[in-house]
Order: sequence, then structure tokens, then C-alpha cells
Amino acid sequence: MIPAPFEYARPTTVDEALQAMAAGGEDVKVLAGGQSLIPVMRLRLAAPETVVDLGRVTELRGVREDGDALVIGAMTTHSDVLADPLIRQHAPLIAQATETVADRQVRHRGTFGGALVHADPAGDLPAVALALDAEFVIAGPEGRRTVPARDFFVDYLTTAVDEGELLVEVRVPKLDGQWGMRYEKFNRVAQAWSIVAVAAAVRRENGHITEARVGLTNMGPTPLRAGAVEAALSGAEATPEAIAAAAAHAAEGTEPSSDLNAQADYRQHLATVLTRRAVTAAAGL
Amino acid sequence: MTRINVRVDGASYQDDVEPRTLLVHYLREQLGKVGTVVGCDTSNCGACTVHLDGEAVKSCTVLAVQADGAEVTTIEGVSRGGELHPVQKAFHEMHGLQCGFCTPGMIMASIDLLADNPDPSDDEVREGIEGNLCRCTGYQNIVRAVQHAAGEMRGAPAGDGHVAPAAVDTAAAPHVVGQA
Repeated sequence: MIPAPFEYARPTTVDEALQAMAAGGEDVKVLAGGQSLIPVMRLRLAAPETVVDLGRVTELRGVREDGDALVIGAMTTHSDVLADPLIRQHAPLIAQATETVADRQVRHRGTFGGALVHADPAGDLPAVALALDAEFVIAGPEGRRTVPARDFFVDYLTTAVDEGELLVEVRVPKLDGQWGMRYEKFNRVAQAWSIVAVAAAVRRENGHITEARVGLTNMGPTPLRAGAVEAALSGAEATPEAIAAAAAHAAEGTEPSSDLNAQADYRQHLATVLTRRAVTAAAGL
Repeated sequence: MTRINVRVDGASYQDDVEPRTLLVHYLREQLGKVGTVVGCDTSNCGACTVHLDGEAVKSCTVLAVQADGAEVTTIEGVSRGGELHPVQKAFHEMHGLQCGFCTPGMIMASIDLLADNPDPSDDEVREGIEGNLCRCTGYQNIVRAVQHAAGEMRGAPAGDGHVAPAAVDTAAAPHVVGQA
């Protein structure tokens, strides 16, 4: 199949992109790396009137430091994220999760921002952004606004980015020093989506866990924070027993879907197992 | 229609394409580069893999207009002066194929992998070509072929013990990735 016909715009700046989106008619889609959009257009699940291709908007690419944060341009490809020394140093959780995204070819084209705005519940990066308390900088006709990760993921395939708006960059607080991180993903075959995955960042001091942040992938229509696990880990001894006891709360309050890959109760079981593994590894045990 | 300028396998083309045209269809139907095949049409199988500015991509998941100004290398452009690329040669010598349909994409993905990692472990080869599906071989000989090619491209004997290394023309060693 090939996509339905569409009008094509290729801006070179964010401002031009916003103008092209405003002028594009009823149904405008923004093309980042295209690794989700082109497949759904090929299947005619999407048939936009206008496609605004961000491929030439170079200001949206790259990773830079800004004080206590890393700033990742929305059009930075997964491959560029993996090759970036700042990410390796300050946000290795992002690199670990990105390594598991799809396959080499897709990672060469797919973008960090595109994956976040697409917000597939089985996508790997949303739970990571949530666990890292990232902030999303969104440009629109009225200017720019910043949305915290907890408000960014609204529903299934739906984010706080409104029509006519564009994700510009993502600010990720640097977690240096005593923080350890781990992304644990469960899937059946190569290049498959997560059935469940867990993103953990843990700060450890004097044999205790002083703070833990745990994000869950594919345990509901949006990524989730495992609040009960985080509360149980706060101040806990960094021992396998204490971590296992805390991880047992991972599925509390979740309503995962049942589908071809797994029933809901199996996903809930996986969440506890993967949380235990991720936190254990993040705590350096 | 949108005007695009691309270099494909070393030759320059200027064409008008519909924006919805997929790169693989442009290559096959407008340029006659039928060495690149369409496998699954769902971005899974990797049979349509080509290099876009030196990086392996699935050409069924790229619009031709996105390749405007870029350099594309297909399986038809990796040999040099009638000499097969070391990865092509290795797939032949190690019998890294049965029906051959996945082979163009396998070779393009493998060349891309070896450019990043010239001395991969078997696991790294398997992960490196996870975007390419083969329904015949069970991948065993494909992994051997990639390892064999990696050895030849490093100028070292390929020591997997299954097949004696062929006479190696080391002058033809790592010469492909990134070139047109």
C-alpha cells in the first residue's frame, strides 16, 4: 500500500513549520522520522490533508547542556541519542531504553521527540521521560510553553501537544553522582514492542535507597509512575529482600490491557518481576 | 509533484515525484533499481534496506521526497569494478541465503553494522540485523557470512572453522560504506 495523496510542506525553521501547520487545513500531520507515521499512512489509518516534514529544521536536532539539565532536540534521531556522550554520562537510562527501540534501520530515522509525541503505550521512551521528570517545551502560535512529564501523556496516543503545536525540545534533569539507572524490557521476539517494561532510577547512600523513580511501559493507555513502589523504596535498605518487597506493589492501581501478547494479569505479574530486576540493577546489587 | 535531486549508486537524478511516493517505489519503478525488493510492506522485514547518506534505512518507510539532496546506495551500488563487496562475497561463500529474497537487505544492513562495529560478537551480529527477517536459513549461515566478511574487511583470516577462507583481496577491503 502507498499513502493517500497529501500536500507536502518542508519548512526550515520552527516558525515556518508552525505557519505551514496553520495553513495546512483540517488534518495536518507532522512528519519527524516517519517510522510510525509512514506505516500508519501506508495502512490508510491516517490520511492527512497536509504533511509538514521537519527533516530540514536543523534547530530541532542535537543534545546540549543547560545548567542542571540536558536539552534534547525533538528531531534528534535515536542513533544520535545513542552516540551522544552527554546522554551516556548524565542520562544513561535514555541510552539503555533507546538501544531497545525497534532495530538499527528504524533508529537511524526515528526521533526522540517523534516517539514521545506519538506516545504509543508500548513505546520505550515515554516511561523513561516520566521516570526522569523530564519537561517538554512546546511551541505554538502563541509562543512557547513548558509541560512537566506528568502532565504530558494525556491518553492513548494523546499528549499535551495540541493541534497547531510542535514539540521543540525535552529538558531532562541530570542525575549524577549516586544515581543508578536501569531499563528492563520484556518482549518475545527481536524488534518487537514492549509487552511490559520498567524504567528505574535509584539514588543510593550508605546502604540505603534515598530516592527511587520507577516508570512503567505498557501498563495502561499512558506511561505510569509506580508510586507505591517509590514510596516503599524511599529510605529502605538497599537489599534484595527490601527491593523485592517494594517491587511487589508495582501493579497497584494499574489497568493494563489484554491483547494477543499478554493478558492483563500476566502484565501485572511482569510489572512486579521487571521492577524488582530494574531496581536491583539500578541500586548496583 | 515535487522536484527531487538524489544521487543513487553514484549517478545523479532529478525527478518529479508525488510526495506520497515511497523511496523503495521510486528506486524500483522510476530508476529501475529492482535489486532492492519490497518484502513485507509493513516496516518489519528489512528486505528493502538501502543506505541513505551512509545509514541503513528501510526504504518502504522513507518518502522519496525525504531523500531529496541525499545520497542513496542500493545493493546494486556496492560492488566495485565487477568485484563483489566483501559482504556480498561472504554471503555467497558461506551460503548465507536460500531463496535470496532477504539477501539485498541483509547485505545492506550488515555493511552498515560492520561500519559501526568492525569486529562484532555473534550476538552483536544477531542484534545488528534484528531489523531483517529471513524465513529460510534460521540465520546461522547469515551470521557466519557476516563474521566471515568482518574478518576479511579487517584484513584478518575469518576463523569460524566452517569453511576455509577464500583468497582475500585485501586491497578491496573496507571501501563501501558512505561512498556512492
